[in-house]
Amino acid sequence: MKRVGIVALNTFREAVRDRVLYNLVFFALLMMLAAVVVGQISIGIEESVIVSLGLSAISVIGLLISVFIGVALVSKEMEKRTLYALLAKPVRRWEFLLGKFGGLVLTLAVNTAAMAAGLFLVMLYVKHSLQREDAVVLVAVYFIWLKLALIVALALMFSCFTTPLLAILFTAGLYIVGLYVQELRNLPVDVMSPATAAFTKWLSYLLPNFENFNVMAMAAHGRAVPGTLILQNTLYVVIYCAIVLTGAAAVFSRKNLK
Amino acid sequence: MKSQRAVALLLVLILPLGFAGIWRLQHGIDSQLAAVSQERDDVLLRSGKLVKWMSLEYSPLLADIYWTRVVQYYGNKHVRRQANLEMLWPLLDVTTTLDPNLVVAYRFGAMFLSQAPPAGAGRPDQAVELIRRGIQANPDYWRLYEDLGFVYYFDLKDYQKASEAFLEGSKKPDALVWMKVMAAKIAAEGESFSTSMFLWNDIYESSSDPLIKKNALQRLELLKAQEDCKQLNALADEYAKRNGRRPARMSDLVQAGLLRGVPADPEGFAYVFGEDGKAEINLDSPLLEQQLLLERLNKAVPR
Amino acid sequence: MSGFAIEIENLTKEYPFGFLHLKKKTSLEGLNMQVEMGEVFGFIGPNGAGKSTTIKLLMRLIFPTAGSARILGRPISDVEMHKDIGYLPEQPYFYDYLTAAEVLDYFARFHDLRAGDRKERVERMLKKVGLETARKIQLRKYSKGMLQRVGLAQAILHDPKLVILDEPMSGLDPVGRREVRDIILELKREGKTVMFSTHILSDAEALCDRVGVIVGGKLRGVGAPGQLVDMKTQGMEILFALTGASDEPLLAKAMKTGEYYRLQVAEGELYVAIEQLRGTGARILSVTQVKATLEEFFMNLVEADRAQAAAVEVSGK
Repeated sequence: MKRVGIVALNTFREAVRDRVLYNLVFFALLMMLAAVVVGQISIGIEESVIVSLGLSAISVIGLLISVFIGVALVSKEMEKRTLYALLAKPVRRWEFLLGKFGGLVLTLAVNTAAMAAGLFLVMLYVKHSLQREDAVVLVAVYFIWLKLALIVALALMFSCFTTPLLAILFTAGLYIVGLYVQELRNLPVDVMSPATAAFTKWLSYLLPNFENFNVMAMAAHGRAVPGTLILQNTLYVVIYCAIVLTGAAAVFSRKNLK
Repeated sequence: MKSQRAVALLLVLILPLGFAGIWRLQHGIDSQLAAVSQERDDVLLRSGKLVKWMSLEYSPLLADIYWTRVVQYYGNKHVRRQANLEMLWPLLDVTTTLDPNLVVAYRFGAMFLSQAPPAGAGRPDQAVELIRRGIQANPDYWRLYEDLGFVYYFDLKDYQKASEAFLEGSKKPDALVWMKVMAAKIAAEGESFSTSMFLWNDIYESSSDPLIKKNALQRLELLKAQEDCKQLNALADEYAKRNGRRPARMSDLVQAGLLRGVPADPEGFAYVFGEDGKAEINLDSPLLEQQLLLERLNKAVPR
Repeated sequence: MSGFAIEIENLTKEYPFGFLHLKKKTSLEGLNMQVEMGEVFGFIGPNGAGKSTTIKLLMRLIFPTAGSARILGRPISDVEMHKDIGYLPEQPYFYDYLTAAEVLDYFARFHDLRAGDRKERVERMLKKVGLETARKIQLRKYSKGMLQRVGLAQAILHDPKLVILDEPMSGLDPVGRREVRDIILELKREGKTVMFSTHILSDAEALCDRVGVIVGGKLRGVGAPGQLVDMKTQGMEILFALTGASDEPLLAKAMKTGEYYRLQVAEGELYVAIEQLRGTGARILSVTQVKATLEEFFMNLVEADRAQAAAVEVSGK
């Protein structure tokens, strides 16, 4: 586990030294400021506009980071052969993989927290004080982070199978599919054969369901999120990441490097 | 190798266990989310123009997506036998604004809208508006006139307008000859068994959508059953003339030599005589339910 | 524990290629080889001969089609064994956002060293490979030669028992090569085992206790550089200067370079030739043994391999 930590910290350090990340976070904060302006020109929805625009910005920026950097985590090391010297050290491949994952998830946690802090500052500026209900925004941010962790795991897995470009496409594709899984379940049953219907139903429960993490509407209107849901979503991501990372490790451990 | 077997074992353990856990959790999360959010029966954006403006150059694609939503929405309600289809019109409105040439949306959309619940929204007025829009955007497509005539004929019982629609459509290029025949026939007779049979049969033949086909088939069977009942009543009158009393059961007609066997409806259920001595669909037949629904519709639309 | 640092048994690597990976290219064919404890072993062959493939197989960067190998008496799949080995990849590349000191510190962390110990070692290594002035510069600004030095430093950082170097001299200037040679010799003095690959034969000749020659994925000979060369005919070269003109027929065979003449004769005819030269009044400057160099041995093998490949191609048609 110690070796996993070493790799994770180095991955975090790489991210910290990457200027792109700062630009993205800066962009997110800019969007939140824009929300203040939008809020002022529309009537009655100032607070909810700020919250939904801010959360959207956090989500979009996080998505960009987790898909692109998530795919690059391992593929860049293979491409540039920085991995060679490392694997000659007493490190197992799965330890390396897990470390890389942990490092980016840590980076995302810091990023998301920074953007969330920005959002709260903007909220404070507009409302002059924060209420208890505003804690739901924190929950929404936590859910976004959970979602991003799952995406990083998926990106990592795809990058173990295929080229970076395809891995990006697959990850983005699965994310979009994951947003509409619910719809899959709502397809009219009688236009499909029973086999297809059963298959789509199964699929709809096993594919990563990204709608689970969408509480933006509740956050925007200050309605509380039940604790059970927080627990369930946390568990969901932990288990799903375990599955995906195990698969990734199984592939990566047998991969011939160039 | 030892490590390899360990990895394989781990995979075999983690994957099924993990997915089983995900399965359970997803159900839990669904019920949680269902509890905290209202029925999500909503069209996100109701203004077709706004959606079109936001869709960049991809409005036809977006129209397809909205159309899929229409079918899903309709299909879901249909399966659950829910009658409140109030989202149908806004969805169709956005779809046809996004892509005015998506003919399928007008045709099936009108059918979904015009029929009585639970088969449709029971809003033939909106169906007419939708088709008129479709005709405006696709003036040379004769099938839309057929659909318009169809709605007037079956749902609004406005035979003059129906006849006009068929006549107008018959002038369009590629229109089939029977359109003209239909126009004349409806103008002369109003509603008749043969016209109704023909129209439903045409829907059945020309559609490839299983839902539409099924609906058309039910209508055809019902028409056939109603026609059968009419004939049986005629035979019963004949029986009454000969024997001085109305037949109590179908077998009386057979014994009297008026029928060769006890006749059955298209679903295979024998016809019976009701308490009033009129021929009826068997209580066990699924067609009965259809018939009751139709009757309710005819009373409900006082046009 | 066996007496070998590296034992390789029937190691074979095939690469699938072509559409749908249906064809196979063999880049290493049934390699059997041992490296003894405490020796400097040179692994030589032309580019693409299978040197790097062998080393990557040993490091489990790629996986063999067949065969096995043991390092320090343990199977190569044993990760703990890596505590005792150091590896320099071919054309090494490291995280370019780190400085030399940081990258070494990063690698050192994997070797259960205490923080103070780690710092001290990193400093010592930087000094050893001559990078102490560049230690605070990010690696993205490093030249190829400097990266090679970082690579060497990380390979020997943790005081390993066995060091495997893939082309350690490539990309270095003469001074750098000299330094690498010194480091290898120092490792040998410390009792470490060193295996390195190279296509530069003079390096191998100067450093190695034994060499293995690999051409076309097959091992063509293993032994001390001298032993391998012994297989070739030898002769003697006489270097002399002429004081006056002469028509001695032997002179016609001599080659004039500058003021001096060189004459090659068979070993048995040496004394006769010297007598004859002295008869012409020549001043004998030196007599040296002519060794067929490793290079010639190498060239012969490559030629033979090409001839064989050509023959196969012809017979295949």
